[in-house]
Amino acid sequence: MEAIVGGRKAFAYTAAHAIDPAKPTIVFIHGAGLDHSWWGLQSRYFGYHGRNVLAVDLPGHGRSEGPPLASIEAMADWVMALKDAAGVAKAAVVGHSMGALIAVECAARHADKVTGVALIGVAYPMKVSDAFLAAAKANDQAAYDMETIWSHAVQVPLAGNPSPGMWMYGDTLARLARLAPGVLHTDLSACNVYTGGLESAAKVKCPAQLVLGARDVMTPPKAAQALAAALAGARTTLIPPSGHSLMSEAPDATLDALIAWAKPLC
Amino acid sequence: MAGPKYPGFDTLALHAGQSPDPATGSRAVPIYQTTSFVFRDSEHAASLFNMERAGHVYSRISNPTVAVLEERMAALEGGTGSIAIASGQAALHLAVATIMDAGSHIVASASLYGGSHNLLGYTLKRFGIDTTFVVPRDLDAWRKAIRPNTRLLFGETLGNPGLDVLDIPAVSAIAHEAGLPLLVDATFTTPYLMKPFELGADLLYHSATKFLGGHGIAIGGVIVDSGRFDWEKSGKFPQLTAPYSGFHNMDFEEESGTRAFLLRARREGLRDFGACMAPMTAFQILQGIETLHLRMPRHVESTRKVVDFLGGHAAVGKVLYPERTDHPDHALAKKLLPRGCGAVFSFDIKGGPNGDPRQAGRRFIESLRVFSHLANVGDAKSLVIHPATTTHYRMSDEDLARAGIGPGTVRLSIGLEDAQDLMEDLDRGLRAASRN
Repeated sequence: MEAIVGGRKAFAYTAAHAIDPAKPTIVFIHGAGLDHSWWGLQSRYFGYHGRNVLAVDLPGHGRSEGPPLASIEAMADWVMALKDAAGVAKAAVVGHSMGALIAVECAARHADKVTGVALIGVAYPMKVSDAFLAAAKANDQAAYDMETIWSHAVQVPLAGNPSPGMWMYGDTLARLARLAPGVLHTDLSACNVYTGGLESAAKVKCPAQLVLGARDVMTPPKAAQALAAALAGARTTLIPPSGHSLMSEAPDATLDALIAWAKPLC
Repeated sequence: MAGPKYPGFDTLALHAGQSPDPATGSRAVPIYQTTSFVFRDSEHAASLFNMERAGHVYSRISNPTVAVLEERMAALEGGTGSIAIASGQAALHLAVATIMDAGSHIVASASLYGGSHNLLGYTLKRFGIDTTFVVPRDLDAWRKAIRPNTRLLFGETLGNPGLDVLDIPAVSAIAHEAGLPLLVDATFTTPYLMKPFELGADLLYHSATKFLGGHGIAIGGVIVDSGRFDWEKSGKFPQLTAPYSGFHNMDFEEESGTRAFLLRARREGLRDFGACMAPMTAFQILQGIETLHLRMPRHVESTRKVVDFLGGHAAVGKVLYPERTDHPDHALAKKLLPRGCGAVFSFDIKGGPNGDPRQAGRRFIESLRVFSHLANVGDAKSLVIHPATTTHYRMSDEDLARAGIGPGTVRLSIGLEDAQDLMEDLDRGLRAASRN
């Protein structure tokens, strides 16, 4: 689905279904440098199981026109504007990594429009190392290598992929190779300077679910504890074999956690 | 260690794509000799069919043993994924059938394996797909041959039979300028000697029958996608960027981005054409890949010795190997193939009885004791064939010349035997060929 948000073309994957205002809606928000296709299996499932799906491409990512937005708050407002443009009044919001921070802001800043949040592979604060930021600023291949390697559990390159025939490292690198210069740095900087997480989390009134990979080296589970504590009544599901890329490393377990979260909500 | 690091080639060759079997703990890749896989329940079945969950349904589409080979090859090539298929020829056909319809056009190197030439020049033509063949080192010819309906540029990393080195950086730049992908047949080089994606290729395939297996016991092919070609941006591939009524109105690019080509190739190509790889074949090829990094250096080392030997032999005319300074692509080979130019090459026998080079070639072949006379390359055993009396025996000398083959041309595939034994065997054959 294409819409105009802030005067620019915005895209969201809808699992080949027209948006039906009578159905509940789930918004999916990708992480730094990625796009809607990162949610492939999970967004498709909900799209074919009675929900509207809006798996967004953030500005400057995938099929949405740039430039990328510089703050988590601005990204949250953009996501909610896209939801409005799709004719959807309320939605549950799922976010991964940077997208999870955006989901928190959506629920805090637009509380009357968000029915629930699921935060996948999240940490707060989401600090980014100087070396990673510097490489991304220089559009150096080293930044894409860091993102690729740290986004997966250490066993991934020497193990099988749940999706037959696919090489997770190669797929991540291919996606990052399509980014315009500067996009990854803008995303990482937004994560790095985001400071309102705990205050915003305290404002979240809807049900919250965290889904964390036990072998996540990018956002280790212990780094999500403060955020989980700030989200009233939040539930946490730990997926033992997974690293940061839960949707591809543990697609079934991630989907099962989302199904359980979504069932009472929408 | 300064920063995060990828596993090395040798480690990937042994481990990529396989965890110890979760059911049994088997360290070796298990052979899942089964046609189909039991669903947990009806909901699980529906989710697998609708691509909402990952997993296997039916071995024509995917199989756990075959998937290990696919993931390992994608890892070794630096691709986003791959599809293992019944043969190298099936891989080429799958690539073409996935992104082209009747009315499409291919620009291909003229220096191709005969089977590929047949497919492009004759068989695909019957289905409305035309090919223009160009001399691979003539970059202007590549550019000029591109038409509005061209959808693919294609060549071999080392061409048949003269080992023309494909200038992948230059040809891929021509392709990309026209919004087209470059497909290469990387059989002769393997990922050990060359990484075509790093040079600009978008898609590649192997006849896994050759060096990947290395044992001459299994026919197979693998097609790998770099995931770097932007089908949407090109605007020339509705097969991947528009809803397809043949598969639930799926827009493969919208659905999966970097996986679009492989998604359609697997979900349509394997489903409908059915040229799948058997699990046993995948297992056998995997056994070869586990030693690829040990075998290829030895193949190259022995080939260099044999090339030097033949280059100085009185009964030998031209030796076509890109590491020789007299090869037209010598400089390019030094740049693109620093680890070596493989182990398949050809040379011409001089003269022969009554000056008949065809007779000389026949005598040469029949005098060999170590080399095996057969139609294959890339085996651990050394192989030989004389095209003028075998694969091309119906052709006149003039037609042979157009194919870059002389009546006395012999093709060798250097194996892993003692190089000294190989040179003595060749010397025996050359002496026999020279007798009147």
